Amino acid sequence: MKNICFYFQIHQPLMLKRYRFFEIGQDHYYYDDFQTEDRIRYLVDHSYLPANKIIAEMIRSTNGKFRCAYSISGVTLEQFEQYAPEVIDSFKELSKTGSVEFLAEPYGHSLASVFDANEFELQVKMHSDKIEALFGKRPTTLFNAELIYSDEIGELVSKMGYKTMMIDEAKHIMGWKSPNYVYSHSYIPKLKLLVRNHKLSDDIAFRFSSIMLTSEKFIGWVASLPEDEKVVNIGMGYEAFGITQSYQTGIFDFLKALPYHAMEQQVSFLLPSETSKKNESAGPLSVPYPISWVGNDKDLTPWTGNDLQHEALTKLYAVGERVRLCTDKPLLRDWLMLQCTDNFRYMSHKDAHGTHFESAYDAFMNYMNVLADFLVRVDAQYPTSIENEELNELLKTINHQEREIEALEEEVKKLKSKKTKVIAEK
Amino acid sequence: MKALMFGWEFPPHILGGLGTASYGLTRGMAMQEDMKITFVIPKPHGDEDQSFLKIIGACNVPVVWKENDWNYVNDRIGKMMHPDEYFWLRNGIKYDFHRIHTNDLGCIDFSGRYPDNLIEEISNYEAVASVLAHQMDFDIIHSHDWLTYPAGVFAKQISGKPLVIHVHATDFDRSRGQVNPIVYGIEKRGMDAADHIMTVSDLTRAIVIEKYHQDPRKVTTVHNAVEPLADIESFIKTTRKDKVVTFLGRITMQKGPEYFVEAAYRVLQRTKDVRFVMAGSGDMMNAMIDLVAKRNIADRFHFTGFLKGRQVHEVLAESDVYIMPSVSEPFGISPLEAMQVGTPSIISKQSGCAEILTHAIKTDYWDIDAMADAIYSIVKNPAMHRSLQELGREEVNNIRWEDAGKKVRSIYESVM
Repeated sequence: MKNICFYFQIHQPLMLKRYRFFEIGQDHYYYDDFQTEDRIRYLVDHSYLPANKIIAEMIRSTNGKFRCAYSISGVTLEQFEQYAPEVIDSFKELSKTGSVEFLAEPYGHSLASVFDANEFELQVKMHSDKIEALFGKRPTTLFNAELIYSDEIGELVSKMGYKTMMIDEAKHIMGWKSPNYVYSHSYIPKLKLLVRNHKLSDDIAFRFSSIMLTSEKFIGWVASLPEDEKVVNIGMGYEAFGITQSYQTGIFDFLKALPYHAMEQQVSFLLPSETSKKNESAGPLSVPYPISWVGNDKDLTPWTGNDLQHEALTKLYAVGERVRLCTDKPLLRDWLMLQCTDNFRYMSHKDAHGTHFESAYDAFMNYMNVLADFLVRVDAQYPTSIENEELNELLKTINHQEREIEALEEEVKKLKSKKTKVIAEK
Repeated sequence: MKALMFGWEFPPHILGGLGTASYGLTRGMAMQEDMKITFVIPKPHGDEDQSFLKIIGACNVPVVWKENDWNYVNDRIGKMMHPDEYFWLRNGIKYDFHRIHTNDLGCIDFSGRYPDNLIEEISNYEAVASVLAHQMDFDIIHSHDWLTYPAGVFAKQISGKPLVIHVHATDFDRSRGQVNPIVYGIEKRGMDAADHIMTVSDLTRAIVIEKYHQDPRKVTTVHNAVEPLADIESFIKTTRKDKVVTFLGRITMQKGPEYFVEAAYRVLQRTKDVRFVMAGSGDMMNAMIDLVAKRNIADRFHFTGFLKGRQVHEVLAESDVYIMPSVSEPFGISPLEAMQVGTPSIISKQSGCAEILTHAIKTDYWDIDAMADAIYSIVKNPAMHRSLQELGREEVNNIRWEDAGKKVRSIYESVM
């Protein structure tokens, strides 16, 4: 019997407003709220809500046999809370059915897994907390931003207690291996890896209307896979429903008809956590260099490929440690927003997907102006003239001063009483 | 294939971009083995590079029959043209041009510049064209810019050979819309008579179609390219404390110099270690000096006056940013030259070269905030400078006249 493991990714960054260099130090608000709201509303109305409605119906009509997972970035959850709270409610409803799993990911949809391990850990924890608070269940599966994965990241994730991770089918990693098995980390066998079936996923997300895909055909393909290939991981951006494939293509009807055909051809649906629990690993996968789910090369070049991106990332992550010492809430929020992978993707010369800037240079200029202001603010909190370690010591002293004073006072008291005792004895 | 080209300028004695483009294009075309180009200009100086084409000076072509001794002719114009050729061309005089003032050889004295009696000079050029059209053997006529359209049209009428005209600029670019009706008339007649029109950018193509009412099917864009510099290694950038931002070109309304000053003013509000250079001369120079003084940035703003030849590339190479805020630029070859010597360029979206460049910053000419932002970003972010420099140079090195030449050739073939 075949199993399909569906998972959908939802992420939208906050759009940066046009920020000129003469605003550095003057204006500390970086976002174009109007555009952000406008876009999220559009996506909610044309994709997320209608798709949620259909998924809920599918779960109801199959008595919970249809199952799927969501990975929603923290940044996006905040946007829903602010601009479209009904989406949160809709997801809560889905969550109550028990047929939906929410995956963990770095809160700010960042590249921290590659550049700043501490930050990564913090963000994943933050996101899991948020998911738990909203939907009542703590994730056990991790979907890293842009499906970035390497052995190193896997190790980190395993240490953080996650048992399953999603990765993409990169040709140079998989070689002749089929994605339709469960694999494991190259030297930590208890971390299971679910490999996204690249072809079948894209058949829905990108080629649905051009190849005139039907549910019957799709399930047929899955059913006709070799006997021992049991798991098909289908992952895509949730916008595939209603945006990439518009309502008129019939994508929603396709979705709706899936359970029926699945039942007919004896294909069932599983959640990522169930998939990894139920299946033994077919073997370890070694991924020495990070892979992602973008482009043909499936590497990090869309975000880190050129000088501009490199400069921006270096400048940003150079202050990571320092920012984490700060307690200023707006500053910490900006720190998360500035880490969104999209900011760097827009600086790509070849692959600036979804950019609202005219060119890579335009995106870079704007980002660097914002970053310059951000760095000024960080500097105002903790001047760069003080070394991190020294600063740490100073902070420790400040934070502990009360306790220390108490301890000393205690000692003074003791000594005093001793003294009076001694005098009394005399 | 033999092409008869009418031009107005040819290096090394050039006054604007037309000469540079004429040189580059003919050189690119000459790479095709069977291409024979005869290039007519009003007044050659004798030091033009004739290795790949033949240059005829209109000032050495007789338009009125005068009896002269071979030796005398040799004395007079032997440096420019062989006396035999003079006598051979004299046989092409079929019309009476006594109304035109000619010298002792029956030739017209051209200034070869842009004098006050330009319209007269243009019509005299027509007379020369008639002689050449009668006497010479060619397959196609190619006219560069409006000054030579009448000559091309006349040559076409006489020889019956197809005429293509090359629009390097229109009067709408030069005048910010205040078109001179005489110039417009000449341009329009030339375009109407042409078998095909080549424009240097899509921007110009749109003007030709909309303002001159030409059939879009007969207008094709052939983007300019840039001639590789032979001595590129000799241009070096001296390290200095201050960054240098340069504007280079005629200081006229068309080039938008005031936007450069305003952008400079904005940048200097923020940072002090940038200097601004305005190279070139023009009718708005004094107004610009006034504006700079009024903005109180004269200590950081420098005027160089007119530059030529090697100086141009030297200034470009020494700069950290080159900026061309042209209000309307049919093509604009100088950003390509700047990028060639490794200087990042900021260009206005209203310039033709913006159509083919990716690794340059493009802003609207009026958007001084964006311009200032771009300047600031390039001088403050080494990565930005490096990226624009390296990728820009690579990009420009791939824009070759040879390819433009091939495109022109296919247009020739389509009208024959």
